[in-house]
Amino acid sequence: MSDTPAPTAPIHAPAGVGMLRGARTFPEAARQALGDPQLRHNLGHATATIREKRANVVAEVADWAELRNAGEAIKSATMATLDEQLIRLEHQVTAAGGVVHWASDADSANEIVARLVRETGSREVVKVKSMATQEIGLNDALAQAGIDAYETDLAELIVQLGGDLPSHILVPAIHRNRAEIRNLFLRAIPDIDPGLTDDPRALAAAARRHLRQRFLAAKVAVSGANFAVAETGTLCVVESEGNGRMCLTLPDTLITVMGIEKVVPSWRDLEVFLQLLPRSSTGERMNPYTSLWTGAHRGDGPRAVHLVLLDNGRTSVLADQVGRDALNCIRCSACLNVCPVYQRTGGHAYGSVYPGPIGAILSPQLTGIEHNASLPYASTLCGACYDVCPVKIDIPSILVHLRAQDVEVKRARRDVPTPESVAMAAAAWTMTDDRRWSRAQRSSRLARLVGRRRDKARGLIRSLPGPLAAWTVARDAPRPPAQTFREWWARERSSDGQRR
Amino acid sequence: MPRRPRVALFVTCLVDTLFPDVGKATVAVLERLGCEVVFPVKQTCCGQAHINTGYHRDAVGLVRKFVTTFEDFDAIVAPSGSCIGSIRHQHSMIAEKAGDGGLAARARAVGTRAFELSEYLVDQLGVTDVGAAYPHTVAYHPTCHSLRALGVGERPLALLRSVRGLQLIELPNGDQCCGFGGTFAVKNADTSVAMLTDKMTDVLSTGAEVCAASDSSCLMHIGGGLSRLQAGVRTVHLAEILAATEDAAP
Repeated sequence: MSDTPAPTAPIHAPAGVGMLRGARTFPEAARQALGDPQLRHNLGHATATIREKRANVVAEVADWAELRNAGEAIKSATMATLDEQLIRLEHQVTAAGGVVHWASDADSANEIVARLVRETGSREVVKVKSMATQEIGLNDALAQAGIDAYETDLAELIVQLGGDLPSHILVPAIHRNRAEIRNLFLRAIPDIDPGLTDDPRALAAAARRHLRQRFLAAKVAVSGANFAVAETGTLCVVESEGNGRMCLTLPDTLITVMGIEKVVPSWRDLEVFLQLLPRSSTGERMNPYTSLWTGAHRGDGPRAVHLVLLDNGRTSVLADQVGRDALNCIRCSACLNVCPVYQRTGGHAYGSVYPGPIGAILSPQLTGIEHNASLPYASTLCGACYDVCPVKIDIPSILVHLRAQDVEVKRARRDVPTPESVAMAAAAWTMTDDRRWSRAQRSSRLARLVGRRRDKARGLIRSLPGPLAAWTVARDAPRPPAQTFREWWARERSSDGQRR
Repeated sequence: MPRRPRVALFVTCLVDTLFPDVGKATVAVLERLGCEVVFPVKQTCCGQAHINTGYHRDAVGLVRKFVTTFEDFDAIVAPSGSCIGSIRHQHSMIAEKAGDGGLAARARAVGTRAFELSEYLVDQLGVTDVGAAYPHTVAYHPTCHSLRALGVGERPLALLRSVRGLQLIELPNGDQCCGFGGTFAVKNADTSVAMLTDKMTDVLSTGAEVCAASDSSCLMHIGGGLSRLQAGVRTVHLAEILAATEDAAP
């Protein structure tokens, strides 16, 4: 059953819809975030807490390394047969009474969902927390179609009530502390008790009262999916609050929007991920609510069940032999919590619904590197993300791969090379010949002549010219010594030195 | 030992140009342990900065230069975890991308014989006590590439614990990056400085006289920050500590 034909050539996620592109470059957006001490405090505290929880529950599992290997192997094998798995999934969902829709991009998916909601006659939907629907900007598209969408995940509710943007995959309101949330609730929730405190229990209870009416009234729910099992056509949502379970069971119509990379071949495969995901994401041994549904059933749960399979650039990611591993991500967000860059800038700096290290490799690939060119550089390549990834995505290597892509694209597009590319080419030319390199080292010694006498005596430079000025804003630079190592060697060990 | 181990020193372009004492110290430690140290003068740079900044075509010549210079040696030692990481994990990729399968195979072979200093001392020479003396308090920053790309683990700490007079103080959040990241320090200077600030806070919290590491690039970053603050904490390379003896304390 097809609404739109599958695309024949890889396409990127379209601009002007959804949330994959920031208005500013990463360094610009990061600068603003770094100037907010409350944000840094909230993030530092929250990520440290989750990091420690994760480390503890991962350490309990004796075969964690084997589990990661299995997760990686299953994902790689699935991506190699993705077309077959998706067709099998479509067949099984259809056989179980569900309806499958293929959406080549965000616009297409938004149209399908809006049409399906309109066909029910309802003007509102309740939503299960979902990355895919954030990615495509579904709430905005529904609003334009006259349909109100209500987020029911507590953190997504906080983000929605504040007219804010999510800043973390798992904890979208991680940038807010409880005092800020209390003030927001007092402002945005009708008929709220004005004596509300910032006790987390009180805040959760207030949200619960607010949401309960929505659940009971809603005729249509929209969800994402963490996994889809191809062999039986079963969809899976993993969550902590039970609000997702309410959405998945109470309304008459359930519409699930899922990225095509979420399919797994069999239940045996699912077993691996249901161990990897909760320990990596919330630091729990098992998540509180795991909902699984297969098609529609008379007298139990939704009577109409739809699955929208979303491409939105994923096929073009799959075409990249190095970059495709980014599709293996199970959205646990462990890489965000350990990332020293994310911990300090927060998620908004990445300009995409996918922040942190995984976002830095996923967003540019979904949109095309031209639209997120600064993201692959938003990392020191420290490798902490790779270490914790439950499916062993080598994020540092993909970042380096995407940087090379960016350099090549810029080279191909410009008549005049960038100053950086000139400097890099000159350095490479110099360093492929040791005599040229020795001469360059000697001339770098001219830097010994500049600067104040006191700094010279301390062997440092306090301000550098050009792009290197960014170094000396907060860091002294070393002053080149009177003698390089190779000069010392030639003088002291000339007999050895001449062996080669 | 049946025969003096012959070691080719890859001093790295940074140490060669800006921190020659680290190179001299590496030579001193290896020679004290009975190695014959050779310095192939045709060496220049491993190309890590080019590779990590995305200039992969420009890096091919540097990879070829490195492989040609070092492939005749049984053991190559560098006082840098990140340069060895690049040699071991990136050189063959750069050659493959350039369509030079022959160079890639040679690069892979050279990579298996290239060691970061602490790896060479502990694994190849089987030594943790190198006969050093260094009467100072030291906080050790493990550096990301040594820690994760190479997995050197406890090796540098084992070496430091055997140094006479040295008091090792644990660095809180040691496994966190200092914020250098090559061109990251300039392209994302604000984030880099924020990370550096936290690293310096942790270093200062130890009260140690010396912050040590096994990569001069990270030390240049941390040291540059501490020097700007006039914090009074010195940054010293692991090789310099291991080279220090009771006769010749630095």
